[in-house]
Amino acid sequence: MPQPLKDARHLVRMAGLFLVAGVGFLVLRSALIPAGFGELGHYRSGALDDNARVEPRFAGRGACAECHDLAPEELAGGAHAAIGCEACHGPLAGHAADPDTEVPPALDTRSLCATCHAAEPAKPGWFPQVVAAEHAGDDACDECHVPHQPGV
Amino acid sequence: MDSLLAQVDGFMYPNEIELQWSVLIVLYPYITGLVAGAFILASLERVFNVEAVKPTYRLALLTALAFLLVAPLPLQLHLGHPERSFEMYLTPKTDSAMAMFGFVYLWYLMGVLVVEIWLDYRKDIVLKARSSTGPVRLFYRALALGSDDIGPRALEIDDRVGRFVTIVGIPSAFLLHGYVGFIFGSVKANPWWSTPLMPVVFLFSAIVSGIALVMLVYMTVSWLRGRTVDMTCLDTIARYLFYAFLIDFSLEVLDLIHRMYEADESFKSLDFMVKTRYATAGVLTLIGIFAMRWNVVIGGQLFSKSFLGYTVYKMGFATREGMLPAILLMILPFAILWLLIRVLPPWLGEGDRGVVETAEG
Ligand code: HEC
Ligand code: HEC
Ligand code: HEC
Ligand code: HEC
Repeated sequence: MPQPLKDARHLVRMAGLFLVAGVGFLVLRSALIPAGFGELGHYRSGALDDNARVEPRFAGRGACAECHDLAPEELAGGAHAAIGCEACHGPLAGHAADPDTEVPPALDTRSLCATCHAAEPAKPGWFPQVVAAEHAGDDACDECHVPHQPGV
Repeated sequence: MDSLLAQVDGFMYPNEIELQWSVLIVLYPYITGLVAGAFILASLERVFNVEAVKPTYRLALLTALAFLLVAPLPLQLHLGHPERSFEMYLTPKTDSAMAMFGFVYLWYLMGVLVVEIWLDYRKDIVLKARSSTGPVRLFYRALALGSDDIGPRALEIDDRVGRFVTIVGIPSAFLLHGYVGFIFGSVKANPWWSTPLMPVVFLFSAIVSGIALVMLVYMTVSWLRGRTVDMTCLDTIARYLFYAFLIDFSLEVLDLIHRMYEADESFKSLDFMVKTRYATAGVLTLIGIFAMRWNVVIGGQLFSKSFLGYTVYKMGFATREGMLPAILLMILPFAILWLLIRVLPPWLGEGDRGVVETAEG
């Protein structure tokens, strides 16, 4: 009986090894790829639902206005008018939903104001910026500035 | 911030001040280049039957393998999260050149290099399995995939398949390294990188560095074994090295002249870098090619996209992307090579050729 592959058996084994590895990989792949991958794009479609389920941490300034009618008006005339309440006060969805149990944390103006106003060469020149130590010494910023109406 | 700004000259955008692609990204194209170069040298003997370089054939293959195994490590270290790299294979993204690296790499490693080495060593492996006992025997038997067939017909088949693999391997080596050049060459936003010449330039500098490496490894190994080096072999390799260098150099100069003649708005900014490039391109050594890589990767990040300023690159030492890991990563392939040489001695198949030569010399 002719045996055409008699002297190439080792090659057949090698090919077999590659085949096993290839098939093994495909099996592994089907087990590891999360369901829904590629349905909508190069990502898992379920990720959208996961993201949608995340509880919002910010209430938005419209929500604050429902109870704090003063502050928005106060803000409106000043330089901070365009800044969201929660940019300074932090995420307050919990507080907006239930103001009695969750009270907004007190703010340390020296670090708060510096996040936007600390002098930095990368900031455009027109933006109001100060070197805190030179400008205010050890004082808190709201000793001279009203946070909602910062102009002096 | 202030300490960072001290290193800036002129105007930089904020995100340009600190370099993101570190010395490890220099290392990566350098190492793949060594792989491609070493392999191409090996292919010369195999495909074009250049007898003279035969003594380095197996050594070149093992060198290529050792360096190829290390090639992805700088990337892993640079990116962090090595566990995520496997996802490139699970969910391939075909329109991203970077994401396809895994496949280029795997193909070259498993489809070309390992198969070729295996075919070439098969006879030696079987002989080793026959002559040894115990676990060593088991190891070599496993390496031989349990086959004991080293009859003339089987070896002839091996030779033919091996030749075929080599022929497939040459374009693959070109692909592997041309690919790395392609990644840089296709970064439109960076005038220092963005040129279609990049893959070709990378390729030839790869060949230069790879050949130089094999030459050095061959000389060192011969010296360690107390054998005389085969001078015809060395002469031939040196000649190839010279040719490859000539082509590489011409390409670099061509690239340069092209930039100068084109002199687009980025040129003023590149001018200062061009001078460093001349200096390094002139040095025909491994260090020279490393400097070239450095020039490309680091150099490409030193100038501002505004073309109005420069920054400098500060390399840490014992940091994740510092000098120490870079040095260790360059030592590692040699350790692997040493191990490979122990397991698969390149001179076994040559019979007593080496010994005869020493006797003559
Ligand atoms: C449902 C009504 C309600 C909403 C909506 C609401 N708050 Fe309040 N907020 C209150 C009440 C009531 C207090 C007084 C709580 C207290 O002093 O114990 C308060 C107190 C505060 C305080 C002062 C805390 C202090 O220490 O004096 C801040 C600051 C504040 N709210 C910010 C906000 C912001 C910003 C929003 C919008 C994200 C917001 N609130 C939305 C009801 C509300
Ligand atoms: C530029 C930052 C900033 C912005 C923007 C801002 N606040 Fe304030 N707000 C402060 C600081 C600072 C205080 C001082 C109280 C403190 O230290 O916690 C304060 C105090 C308050 C208080 C306590 C009572 C008072 O008036 O002193 C309320 C209520 C309040 N803010 C609501 C709001 C609301 C509502 C908005 C959005 C319409 C808003 N804030 C926007 C920084 C800011
Ligand atoms: C979220 C960023 C942010 C924070 C936090 C912030 N500011 Fe401002 N500030 C601004 C912006 C934006 C402007 C307006 C710049 C412009 O358009 O000219 C401004 C303007 C000012 C001005 C100039 C007013 C004028 O009339 O020219 C002062 C003073 C000032 N802020 C003080 C403060 C103080 C004090 C604090 C801390 C309580 C603070 N800012 C916190 C963003 C911020
Ligand atoms: C001792 C009172 C005082 C304190 C404390 C103070 N400021 Fe001022 N700040 C002023 C006065 C007065 C001006 C307006 C005159 C000026 O431009 O120097 C001003 C102006 C500014 C301006 C506008 C500068 C410009 O170029 O338009 C900014 C921003 C500012 N302050 C931020 C701060 C910050 C942030 C702090 C807290 C670290 C702070 N200030 C603390 C008195 C003060």
